[in-house]
Amino acid sequence: MTVSIFWIFGVIAMGGGLLCITRKNPVASALWLVVTLFALAAMYVLLDAQFIAALQVLVYAGAIMVLFLFVIMLLNLGHPGPTDIKGPVGIGIAVLLGGTLLLQLRVLGHATPPEAIQLPAGTMATLQQQGMIAAVAGPLFDAYLIPFEITSLLLLAAMVGAVVLAKRKL
Amino acid sequence: MLLGPALTISAVLFTLGVSGVLLRRNAIVIFMCVELMLNAVNLTFVALAQRLGVGGQVFVFFVMAVAAAEAAVGLAIILAVYRHKQTVNLQNINLLKG
Repeated sequence: MTVSIFWIFGVIAMGGGLLCITRKNPVASALWLVVTLFALAAMYVLLDAQFIAALQVLVYAGAIMVLFLFVIMLLNLGHPGPTDIKGPVGIGIAVLLGGTLLLQLRVLGHATPPEAIQLPAGTMATLQQQGMIAAVAGPLFDAYLIPFEITSLLLLAAMVGAVVLAKRKL
Repeated sequence: MLLGPALTISAVLFTLGVSGVLLRRNAIVIFMCVELMLNAVNLTFVALAQRLGVGGQVFVFFVMAVAAAEAAVGLAIILAVYRHKQTVNLQNINLLKG
């Protein structure tokens, strides 16, 4: 049952991704990408990652995609114009390289991590009962404290950089 | 369980992202395809976190932070380029072409 629900969301995500890269209008592309992101959030819930699913909706579908749509609106790219999809040669190269990559990545479908490094059975269920946010936040402020603090520096640098780049004259 | 399907879907999404980058000329759409690839990798992390511990989910958190920073700076660069060239079509942005 869970597996079939998972596959439904997977098909939605893959369809959204396909439509995202084939729509001529950048606004349509962005909205199909939002569909993909929401389907991914649903898949995260099924994979016991509720906190990440909430972040996905808030940060990706909320903040980042709004930023994209805002820039599309600012540059006035929403109106119909000549297509930006490459010609037959470009499509051929894209399909060929994409197909090759997919063939190589296909092995992932039946990859299983070695038993020795897997969690003992039932660990995830115990964590679920304690609440997934605590389980993720624990290492974030413990083992990953320094990367977490560096993230704040990174965001500050990105903020300053975005303002400096986008401003006409400082 | 869900590991196999998740990794398969993630492989397909990553391939779609790569194909999109190769297929399009609009800088913003290419940028969205890069986000699609990042999301495919995030799905891999979350799927493996179910088996190997919550460290993977913590890593997804960092990937999201970096993606947000990258989107802000990248879109600012696209805005700056648009101001110079009046276009976001990468075919017309060829200053480095000899």
